[in-house]
Amino acid sequence: MANGTIAVPPQTAEIDFYNVRGRHKGILSWLLTIDHKRIGILYLGSVVFFFLVAMTIGVFMRLEMLSPGETFMKPQTYNSLFTLHGVIMIFLFIIPAVPAVFGNFFLPIQLGAQDVQFPKLNLLSWYLYIIGGALAIISLFSGGGIMDTGWTFYVPYSIRTTTNVSLSVFAAFVLGFATILTGLNFITTIHRLRCPGMTWFRMPLFAWALYATSWIQVLATPVIGITLVLIILERAFGIGVFDPTIGGDPLLYQHMFWIYSHPAVYIMILPAMGVVSEIIPTFSKKAIFGYVPIAISSLGIALVGYLVWGHHMFSSGISDTSRVIFSLLTFFVALPSGIKVFNWVATLYKGSIDVTAPMLYVLLFIFIFSIGGLTGLALGALNTDLHLTDTYFVVGHFHYVMFGGMGIIFFASLHYWFPKMFGKMYNEKVAKVAAIWIGIGFNTLYFPMFIMGYLGMPRRYYDYLPEFQTYHIIATVGSWILVSGILVMFFNLLQGLRKGRKAPDNPWGGTTLEWTVSSPPPMENFKIIPEVTTGPYDHTHIHGQEDNK
Amino acid sequence: MENNHLNGSDHGGHGHDDGHIAEAHHPSYGINVLVWIGLLSLTAITVAVAGINLGSLALTVALMIALVKSMFVINFFMHLKFDNKVFKIFLGICMVTFAVVMILTFFDLTFRF
Amino acid sequence: MSYNTDTQEIQETIIHRDDFGSKMGMWLFLFTEILLFGGLFILYAGYRYIYSDGFAAAATELDVLLGTINTIILLTSSLTVVLAIVALQKNNKDLSLFFLWITQACGLIFMINKYFEWGAKFHHGIYPKGPALQNMSEGEAMYFGLYFVMTGLHGLHILVGMGFIGYVMYKIKKDVITATNFQKLENSGLYWHLVDIIWIFLFPLFYLIH
Repeated sequence: MANGTIAVPPQTAEIDFYNVRGRHKGILSWLLTIDHKRIGILYLGSVVFFFLVAMTIGVFMRLEMLSPGETFMKPQTYNSLFTLHGVIMIFLFIIPAVPAVFGNFFLPIQLGAQDVQFPKLNLLSWYLYIIGGALAIISLFSGGGIMDTGWTFYVPYSIRTTTNVSLSVFAAFVLGFATILTGLNFITTIHRLRCPGMTWFRMPLFAWALYATSWIQVLATPVIGITLVLIILERAFGIGVFDPTIGGDPLLYQHMFWIYSHPAVYIMILPAMGVVSEIIPTFSKKAIFGYVPIAISSLGIALVGYLVWGHHMFSSGISDTSRVIFSLLTFFVALPSGIKVFNWVATLYKGSIDVTAPMLYVLLFIFIFSIGGLTGLALGALNTDLHLTDTYFVVGHFHYVMFGGMGIIFFASLHYWFPKMFGKMYNEKVAKVAAIWIGIGFNTLYFPMFIMGYLGMPRRYYDYLPEFQTYHIIATVGSWILVSGILVMFFNLLQGLRKGRKAPDNPWGGTTLEWTVSSPPPMENFKIIPEVTTGPYDHTHIHGQEDNK
Repeated sequence: MENNHLNGSDHGGHGHDDGHIAEAHHPSYGINVLVWIGLLSLTAITVAVAGINLGSLALTVALMIALVKSMFVINFFMHLKFDNKVFKIFLGICMVTFAVVMILTFFDLTFRF
Repeated sequence: MSYNTDTQEIQETIIHRDDFGSKMGMWLFLFTEILLFGGLFILYAGYRYIYSDGFAAAATELDVLLGTINTIILLTSSLTVVLAIVALQKNNKDLSLFFLWITQACGLIFMINKYFEWGAKFHHGIYPKGPALQNMSEGEAMYFGLYFVMTGLHGLHILVGMGFIGYVMYKIKKDVITATNFQKLENSGLYWHLVDIIWIFLFPLFYLIH
């Protein structure tokens, strides 16, 4: 049994949580469930749906950029599309994806608990998420048309435009509430429901990452909440707080927006880093190198994340003093991120590396994220930022860190935990091909953006000079490769779900508690709460690896 | 104040389970009424002080009094004083976050206006 | 941990009854409220720094006496919530409910005062885009913009708090919340006190500027 000597009798021959008979049947057994695993699956379905929608929008945008001038849509449509792509990807996919899906499903199991601390609140979070998503969709077909402000809702344009900003902004506000409640739930769960022997420094690193993330969710999200409410009030009543014509300061809006939205970047990336810290030791057959530094650096990233929002405003007219301070502080973020990357690489060193599909995604992540991180330094430096700001360089950078960071790790988690979640195996060979395919598509799509950005192609522009066309064509072709890779990946997983062979309890030789329960886990996870006596990545007493082949 | 009312469960889950069921740890009626009288007096003071022209100090004084008042409410009415230290740490994290954000915003405002 | 060898029943109680965890959840929720108002306080601080004269001029429009009375009312209502907890712990259900009724009454009076206060402002044309506001300086207009948003949001919280306490009172009446199971009452109290604390700051910041 993993995790040292665990006083658990073999938890086999139990009915898994899909088939257990609850109070409700059929669809209601899902819609009224308070089981954290079912809620995780509900989130998975909705998050993937919104991802596919936003991805499709992205493909259309790339298609429009194939040639200068009008290719097949009007400029106003293009403005709406990039706004939608950003809003859906960020608020409905990236922020909830890893914490709400895999956090919900695996945090309680990894801690040796039967559920989260507040199961009903957990279900409420999902409903708020769905309501937020529904409002966002309704806002497309009502009012003055699809909003065209970009996902940042900058004033004064957002209080002037006749498009349907208020409802979309309200949708983001509701989604914020869903995030807050999830964060609150996780913090309390980690404090209260760790099983006996599970001290803070025996928690899996995924739990540490979620802990840091949850604090950001609780402490940063309310700021954007009130800012969005102010936009609505401004549009409805003209209170003047952000309206420059009557004394408001638009830069204060930008401050308020980024006070949340920069830490939110770490809401997106920290859980992904947590997953990486799970996958690497499993497939290196080795304890993680530098457990404590990785755990603490999660908190460090959360902390430093609060201090650097001003680097989004270098060219917007904030004072020189604060520009220098924010630029300096920005470089500090590289430290905790660097600690993580070096520790991961050190874990791989002399490990017995098994390059499976999840591991392939993780290696892809380290490569892509390093490029994203390093280009971030170019943007964090004041003088280069003035040249690169609001160009495709920025677009390239945040796709490398957001999609390359969070998105790729979402795929990795999906492959890593798929056998546990669904009790089925997928086709490993196809999964690996898809991973490489996605890697090629990704770099073909986003790398040219660095070059054209450096040459001066502005972001969010509908039209461009002919000299940029070569890069745009390469990027658009890249988008086709990437999307087809993603479709192959999802198709392979669906095939696995339909007719994959039954998954063993511990297919990868994982050492954390989720691999000690059956696949899929039984209702309430553990019949008897386990007791833990060693750290999370102790590979000395693994059983069940014989299931592997 | 009855010390035996202190709830000594410092944890977060990995060891002890006292504290699952809350204990009676509210001070008596009398203490709370005293705190209330203190709060009313501070309100009177802050209104009175506002009448005096303190110039640039006025805001500081008003905020200090408000801070003292809220400390009374937090420590006694919300009985943080008698609670587990994890709540004090939590509140500290929250207030430090707020302060940091405020200060960094003012690095811009002070040098822009 | 005492429950590792215990039976399923004990696990059940732990999951269904964890007062400490419930309180922790409430405090975390209060932090989100603090940061929600915190955003507004940052705006207030920023604009007061930019428009210090306008704020001082506009503040004279507010009635210090009414503000003071409302402060006293809220402080008193906070006291009675605490007393209600003490009373319930001493198993005195009726006294506890009596104290909570006082809290509800205080909340109501506070809102009525606010109604008259806002009403008077509206009557004088002081409201967003109102005639009086448009003749004011930018600083004064900004003061009132923030005044309406911040006291309005605070008033909304008073209403929510009254609802929460009303729900708790119902549960006390039904003997669901009792001398040994009072965490919900305590949580509603925590919420109410936080709303009180926010007013403790709003009062000097809006009423006592010279």
